[in-house]
Amino acid sequence: MEAISHVVAAGLTGDEQKKANAAIGAGFAYGIAAIGPGIGIGYIVGKSVEAMARQPEAAGMVRTTMFLGIAFTEALALIGFVVFILIGL
Amino acid sequence: MTNTPSPMVTRLDGAAPEVEVSRDMIRRGLIVGPVLVALCGVIWGMAGVSSSAYALALVLVNFAVAAGLIAVTARISLGLMMGAILFGYLIRLGVLFLAVFLVKDAGWISRPALGLTIIVSHLGLLAWELKYVAASLAHPGLKPSRSH
Repeated sequence: MEAISHVVAAGLTGDEQKKANAAIGAGFAYGIAAIGPGIGIGYIVGKSVEAMARQPEAAGMVRTTMFLGIAFTEALALIGFVVFILIGL
Repeated sequence: MTNTPSPMVTRLDGAAPEVEVSRDMIRRGLIVGPVLVALCGVIWGMAGVSSSAYALALVLVNFAVAAGLIAVTARISLGLMMGAILFGYLIRLGVLFLAVFLVKDAGWISRPALGLTIIVSHLGLLAWELKYVAASLAHPGLKPSRSH
């Protein structure tokens, strides 16, 4: 992170450097914030598919729960996205 | 050794409960959305109104696309559904980024209003919807209405 800041800082004025650092930080924040929900969604969907394959008669129930689980997990990524909008876009 | 059917060939025909849930959330979003838009208008002015309305539209479309993707791919195979959900997550985040990036410097955009509306409407609608979801064998989607 510091190395990237040094590279970016070469030939920039103080304000430009601040903006560049904010953009880099925001990019990292958004990227890292998207990893956790990605793992979470993968886990939810994997277990749901396993449950639906084992017990197809309960598939409707599982799908509803899965959809809500995915949407709640995705909220974490959206929070990261909003931080990205506010500090670095 | 268990005799579990392969998810790659198992497909789910019939009703799509997630579409029913998503449609109900969108209906509720359209009902309470104007309150949030008005609140943002009071705080951030006309830029708040337009940003909040834009963010609300993004959230509702996101719900609709997520549910539609599950409903369409579940009729083909569970394996495809899994792939579509995971890549759909990436694509939806990308589209959301693009939708905000294209208007970021527009005069009618207020970033705090946009961000606040995205989080509040997404989480608020989900939490509100939990009250109306049955998720039982008899009613996999929403609870039956009292009039029935």
